[in-house]
Amino acid sequence: MSLSRREFLKSSAAASAAAAIGMSVPSDVLAQAESAETNWRWDKAACRFCGTGCGIMMATKNGKIVAVKGDPAAPVNRGLNCIKGYFNAKIMYGADRLTQPLLRVDANGNFDKQGKFAPVSWKRAFDEMELNIRKALKHAGPESVAVFASGQYTVMEGYAAQKMMKAGFRSNAIDPNARHCMASAVVGFYQTFGIDEPSGCYDDIELTDTIVSWGSNMAEMHPILWSRVTDRKLSDPERVKVINMSTYRHRTSDLADIEIIFSPNTDLALWNYIAREIVYNNPESIDWDFVKKHIVFAASPVNIGYGMRTAGEKSLTPVNPDGSAGKYSALEMEIINKEMKKVVSAKEAPALKPYGYKEGDVMVNKDAGLKHWEISFDDYKKFLEPYTLDYVATISKGNPDEDINEFKKKLQTLADLYIEKGRKVVSFWTMGMNQHTRGTWCNTLAYNVHFLVNKQAKPGDGAFSLTGQPSACGTAREVGTFCHRLPADMMVANPKHREITENRWKVPKGTINHIGNQHIMKIHRDIEDGVVKFAWVNVCNPYQDTASASHWIKAAREMDNFIVTSDGYPGISAKVSDLILPSAMIYEKWGAYGNAERRTQVWRQQVIPVGDAMSDTWQWVELSKRFTVKDVWGAQPLRGKNDKGEPNSLPSVIEAAKAMGYTEDTTMYEILFANKEAQSYKVDLNSFPQQGYDNSECNGDSRNVVGSDGKVFKGYGFMIHEYLFEEYASFGRGHGHDLAPFITYHKVRGLKWPVVDGKETQWRFNSKYDPYAAKETQESGNSHAFYGTLAKALPYGDLMGVTKADKTGLANKAKIFARPYMDPPEMPDAKYPVWLSTGRVLEHWHSGTMTMRVPELYRAVPEALCYMHPEDAKTYDVKQGELCWVESRRGKVKARVETRGRNRPSRGLVFVPWFDEKVFINKVCLDATCPQSKQTDFKKCAVKIYKA
Amino acid sequence: MKKQPLSDRRKFILNMARGVGLASLGGFVWSAYVDEVTASTLLLRPPGAIKEDDFLKTCIKCGLCVLACPFDTLLLAKPGDNKPLGTPYFVPREIPCYMCPEIPCVPVCPTGALDESSVTTNGKLDINIADMGVAVIDSQNCIAFWGIQCDACYRACPLLGEAITIEYSKNERTGKHAFMKPVIQNDICTGCGLCEKACVTEKAAIFVLPREVALGKAGDYYIKGWDKSDEKRLENATSQTTTTDISKESAVDSLNNDMKDLY
Repeated sequence: MSLSRREFLKSSAAASAAAAIGMSVPSDVLAQAESAETNWRWDKAACRFCGTGCGIMMATKNGKIVAVKGDPAAPVNRGLNCIKGYFNAKIMYGADRLTQPLLRVDANGNFDKQGKFAPVSWKRAFDEMELNIRKALKHAGPESVAVFASGQYTVMEGYAAQKMMKAGFRSNAIDPNARHCMASAVVGFYQTFGIDEPSGCYDDIELTDTIVSWGSNMAEMHPILWSRVTDRKLSDPERVKVINMSTYRHRTSDLADIEIIFSPNTDLALWNYIAREIVYNNPESIDWDFVKKHIVFAASPVNIGYGMRTAGEKSLTPVNPDGSAGKYSALEMEIINKEMKKVVSAKEAPALKPYGYKEGDVMVNKDAGLKHWEISFDDYKKFLEPYTLDYVATISKGNPDEDINEFKKKLQTLADLYIEKGRKVVSFWTMGMNQHTRGTWCNTLAYNVHFLVNKQAKPGDGAFSLTGQPSACGTAREVGTFCHRLPADMMVANPKHREITENRWKVPKGTINHIGNQHIMKIHRDIEDGVVKFAWVNVCNPYQDTASASHWIKAAREMDNFIVTSDGYPGISAKVSDLILPSAMIYEKWGAYGNAERRTQVWRQQVIPVGDAMSDTWQWVELSKRFTVKDVWGAQPLRGKNDKGEPNSLPSVIEAAKAMGYTEDTTMYEILFANKEAQSYKVDLNSFPQQGYDNSECNGDSRNVVGSDGKVFKGYGFMIHEYLFEEYASFGRGHGHDLAPFITYHKVRGLKWPVVDGKETQWRFNSKYDPYAAKETQESGNSHAFYGTLAKALPYGDLMGVTKADKTGLANKAKIFARPYMDPPEMPDAKYPVWLSTGRVLEHWHSGTMTMRVPELYRAVPEALCYMHPEDAKTYDVKQGELCWVESRRGKVKARVETRGRNRPSRGLVFVPWFDEKVFINKVCLDATCPQSKQTDFKKCAVKIYKA
Repeated sequence: MKKQPLSDRRKFILNMARGVGLASLGGFVWSAYVDEVTASTLLLRPPGAIKEDDFLKTCIKCGLCVLACPFDTLLLAKPGDNKPLGTPYFVPREIPCYMCPEIPCVPVCPTGALDESSVTTNGKLDINIADMGVAVIDSQNCIAFWGIQCDACYRACPLLGEAITIEYSKNERTGKHAFMKPVIQNDICTGCGLCEKACVTEKAAIFVLPREVALGKAGDYYIKGWDKSDEKRLENATSQTTTTDISKESAVDSLNNDMKDLY
């Protein structure tokens, strides 16, 4: 049928208007809109890049994505994008896309760790994986099989990987790069609220009067959110205040009313200073009614170390007379030894006085896990005593050239803004507060201040952790692709949670491993210790993105192990691997992401993948076909000993499996992925949303890829994406994590969970907005209910420890924590006199595997620069535009000196972004982590700078 | 700084261009390339270059500035480039001027075609006052003017916040985002072209032109009443008699003209 131009305009306008409000459109009108635009097709998707979660539309023509536009109907970005989002159409089409499996082989085509990469079939690739996984299981049980997972997995990929690892291989050694990105935020949420993820949403930006950015260069890292902050500032420039808290000057300062440059790690002291101002100098500003109803005070041990390797670990033995130990040099050990004990410095001594430490004392560190206990308000007040303006200003002033009195004035103004009655305040943060050896502490300190003045979980008020990755929330956290987690905030260590999960997965009771401690740094260290023998890299680049990088690369290349990388492009991790699998990239598969404001968004497969590339979901499901009940469900050894002093182990569940109707030869594919429930999700090419769209996993595709069994892959024959999504979603429904049905997300521009009765939730824990909080407060009439259930029964004590071991429940309450300022393990000294901070630039995403292949972005920023103060350049005899060495105790890289431009550090600090594989800055960084969250501190280590 | 020797290809091109330069010194110019001189108004010259007409007369095409450039920014015009033969120039979209603080290309100039005093402040070389050209923006094709959060030019600018500033304005269409539009401060801009190099549009939407080509000129008969520093334009202000069609005749002549048009 033909349409007049006028009719066409009418029908396409109706279609886009309907799409904007999530209405479904009669299919004949939709069809008209599509056919009128003849040779291209628009469909909605989510941006590939950051945690902002912008909505986009992709134009497809002749089987390729040809253009992108911001989705005007998307509430986050209203049709806008940043320049990474602007290039979504180009990211899949770099000339060196990986198109076939590649294996290191010798001249005869046999696997050879020292061999060169040569193309192999998918069947051969899976043969090698199967062989090496069996070898690893035999070597050290499930703990020998590991996965580097991702906050860029689609929900379905993460769920498939999690299921095969935890139910199939019974291994909890799956941990995402998100560990490097927001683990401290997560533990902060758990400890404070008992449940993960932010209270507020992006609407807070339009509703607040004050935006304080803590360790977050929003202007470059969350540009679309920053443009909303800017709009808010423009709309009322007098009332709205913007404060930038950072260790160096960057673009977020451009708009700021106040810029506070602080010395690295002293954000801990700054938060406590604000709390002290409230408690000591403005006690009337405390909302006691709120605090009494909703808050308990808590403390935890301080001598918890820095998440580095500990004495006695295999790679740290033997200890040599020259100070070196195992695989670590004497220089490296200077810092690593602080993991065991350290001397209390003059800088931290006043803050540690309430804990009984003084300057010069030796602090012996011990692993304390997540232990904490309730204390009295008086003890909390005693803890705050040291954080006077004088003390805090002295230790935290980060610009040596700034006048101390000017700096003090700024701190006072900052505190006043938080305290001012009737002033709404949002505190945003990202990596500055998360990548921190006291990251968990720092996160909880933010909530302290907001709680005291009752400015949390209310429209325009709240401490809000922004997320870096597009699905760090949606996949890594909500699906639970962490070593210690299960879906929907459940924990492998909790027997009830394991049982719920085993029942849902229809696997025998006792299948899931109860020990989940192989976080991402531990996996690297376990490879170096020879425990992990098989590791698979999914949607991340761990050999570029991990600190102390040389150790992990050496371990991967020189030890007896088998490393596999699934990727779209040949990055450093692929180069380090033994086998490379070509992965379908984002718009070559169906997917779902969840952003930082709890918004879940889905998209359909837009195009068929390049070459023989297949999605990570497919790769996991194909691998599951290679393992049967008898292969993986027998008794398995684990490291360490249990409470009774017996070696840890997993029991055989084969008999239990048989009782469930499985046989010894039932494959994991049949149990985990192609079960009866899965088969009930039908392929239906005649109706929305499948109609007209490719689905390479379910139906195969026109490439006729020869699959893992050597035959053409024709598809699973059921709608596996919907199955994985719905089964995952079932964990959270009714538990504060409610998601809408799969199909709903195809009609709307994302929804913020919990989605209850078809309605999304803007402010959690607030009884006006959150149906879960409303339910909890029906009787009390309270304004809030912090209904999370984790760590909600505490013993009682004081700052020094537990005095009454009996636990008291604290249903619906949140916590304010006493947590002091402490030094990071490595600080500038005479030999290494400069702080090094790493981070990102707007133009490039993470390790640059995608954005460095977009010519325009590459041209804009072709290399990582070393930003430094011009006076420092003179001091170290290096020149603008010339190369310098940046050297730490661990390694060195060459980078070009930049003394002008976007980042302007004060004297004493340099900033080097990490996207550039040629300026491999993670060889220089220290792999110290927050001992509670295990998140690496990429923002602080000590270096020297000299002429190259 | 780049230490490795010039590539063979670059050496060859350089030698060829210098050869032409020397040949032309001897009064031996290929007539086929005479036309090239006329195309010079759009060329960007090294820092410190004197006015284009004088530059063409003064530059001896020795190539020393090109040799001194550590970034291979400067090129010598070869036969067929359709540019004055043997003279130095640069193409920012290819390689911009990285604004070395030592300005190695200028002091080596043997003839003063590159004038050291024009890039010197208080006896010290000062690249920030160089005037190679000025950046201009095609605001219809600049995606920041669409509301895209770009600013790639701003972040690339060595005089960030000075030569390029950001103008913030509300995006009324979305109701909750802001435009961040780059604005060139053309009295500060040196014309280095790092912005043009960084621009992410297919063809750069910000680009450098010689100052004479790019800039307009407000007359000196109006001074900004809100800007004290604008008074300095008065220094050259002179009173001039004006003439339009209506005033071209003398008063007496026009008064005595035939009056029949009036009634």
